[in-house]
Amino acid sequence: MPLLEITDMVVGYGRIEALHGISLTVEAGELVTLIGANGAGKTTTMRAVSGIRPLTRGTIKFDGQDITKMKAHLRVLEGIVQAPEGRGVFPGMTVQENLDMGCYTRKFATKAEYQATLDHVFELFPRLAERRSQVGGTMSGGEQQMVAIGRALMARPKLLLLDEPSMGLAPMIIQQIFRIVSEINAEGTTILLVEQNAQQALSRSHRAYILETGEVIKTGGGKELLADPSVKEAYLGVA
Amino acid sequence: MSTSTSATSAAAAKSPGPVGVGDRLRLWWNQLSRPAQWGVGLPIILLIAAMPVIRPPLLTTPDTDFGAVMAQFGMYALLAIGLNVVVGSAGLLDLGYVGFYAVGAYTVGLLTSPDSPWNKTGADGFLSDKWAWLAVLPVAVAVTAISGLILGSPTLRLRGDYLAIVTLGFGEIVRLLADNLENTTGGGQGLSGIAYPRVGVTEANPFGIFSIGNTAEPFNSGLWWFWLSIVLIIVVLMFVGNLERSRVGRAWVAIREDEDAAEIMGVPTFKFKLWAFVIGASIGGLSGALYAGQVQFVVPTNFNVINSVLFLCAVVLGGQGNKLGVILGAFIIVYLPNRFLGIGDYKYLIFGLALMIMMVFRPQGLIPVRQKLLAYGRKIWQAAGRRSREEQS
Repeated sequence: MPLLEITDMVVGYGRIEALHGISLTVEAGELVTLIGANGAGKTTTMRAVSGIRPLTRGTIKFDGQDITKMKAHLRVLEGIVQAPEGRGVFPGMTVQENLDMGCYTRKFATKAEYQATLDHVFELFPRLAERRSQVGGTMSGGEQQMVAIGRALMARPKLLLLDEPSMGLAPMIIQQIFRIVSEINAEGTTILLVEQNAQQALSRSHRAYILETGEVIKTGGGKELLADPSVKEAYLGVA
Repeated sequence: MSTSTSATSAAAAKSPGPVGVGDRLRLWWNQLSRPAQWGVGLPIILLIAAMPVIRPPLLTTPDTDFGAVMAQFGMYALLAIGLNVVVGSAGLLDLGYVGFYAVGAYTVGLLTSPDSPWNKTGADGFLSDKWAWLAVLPVAVAVTAISGLILGSPTLRLRGDYLAIVTLGFGEIVRLLADNLENTTGGGQGLSGIAYPRVGVTEANPFGIFSIGNTAEPFNSGLWWFWLSIVLIIVVLMFVGNLERSRVGRAWVAIREDEDAAEIMGVPTFKFKLWAFVIGASIGGLSGALYAGQVQFVVPTNFNVINSVLFLCAVVLGGQGNKLGVILGAFIIVYLPNRFLGIGDYKYLIFGLALMIMMVFRPQGLIPVRQKLLAYGRKIWQAAGRRSREEQS
């Protein structure tokens, strides 16, 4: 049974349909990527899975349970946690407070468990440890992305949704973020990743879906798609 | 990359930069223990309470009774604290807050004024003259809370400007209802003879110290209402302060800063926005009940929508999110027009200008919230500025 199973999902903004019935699955432990150009519906898919956008049609199943109508904050309790596009760091809170917001709903049973998770986040992002008392709004883009991912990890997600973690970052930071994403996945967290940076994302993911104007047009293994001539042409800029 | 950032933080650590008086005061206050804070705070509160008795020559209002002005300040302070929960803590722009003030005042009026068909005082009512006001006070708070719930449940799905417009409409609807339901609210005539706490009845004061007829200097009715409002303000402040320090308060901050991110972190945003709205409304209702008792008379014109803007002025001027700040804001809003009677007619102009100037030069208000954090941010900027200058030279 897949961890996440989306069937025939239609999502619209007012009268405009952004997704025309997409279906995808994510197995437990996988790192799955959604690739597509601007306006393909990647972020809409993410927002539908995390519950910020309602579905017009179709179903979302998580861990065998139908969550199509479940409220966004309750999905967090189930283990679906998103690091939103544009990072969504609370600008007036410190790094520490931002991280603590991660475990707002999914509280820790013991103090030791909280400390262990926090230490782990600081291990992944040593920069955050240096900056725990800095205000989120004054951090650089890369650091904010680290806060957003770290905050999502504080909720101990079963399924981590990462929406364009590389957006607007310097190439070196992108490398670093992707390395950490792989590391998080290797530790057993299932990840659904949305990216425009096809090269990095495909080479690191188990499987990928290619979205175009609200539809899945191609799916396959990450490395497989990386070698696909049409994908190469459309997303990697190689003729 | 990493070397340059560590150099920045080292520079920031070496020169902490100038720390303002406000920062130092706050640091000093925060490191005091709870009993010590009370030890410092109580004399200050007592001194403020004694102001209308001492009547310091420069501070007092020469043309109006200082006690009455301070009583009005007490009510506005309560309003500002309530509105601050909605606007400052949860970040919901409410332009119809005067509506809740009106609901509180009219609840007391409708239940205790002889002009009202629902009057429960007098010969055939079950409320004794002596305790009528106190008995309907919780009713007024409850009714306002319910009105907040009724207004909030459909409208809090809206955001930002849309919410502001709908609440603006609510404030106007309440006033129009009061103006047009002539059979119950007395319409433009209003309701008179509203109950008040009838205590301290003596030969000289046949109606008690809270009666508007008590004009004894300096212990007139205004002073007694001021003292009563101080007690209520302290109770409300402790209640709101505890909320702000709890999970509820953290949820409010998260919603204010980024509502979508808060929802994604598992904060039930709608529920907490509704809570902020209901708590803010009930504090507004409490203030309205005080007002009705003090002047013993309510008319719709006292609840014009422009008052909402004035309350908002108090919150923004003082520093939204900071309870002490908004009380100072309320004091400015009430005191200045009464101290300098000449500006009374121009108060909307003056406060409007003041708001605009504040937005440009000090958008965080006179006493901003969490100066500590802002100071930290400033340090970062100063360090960054120094580094760029070094690079240039």
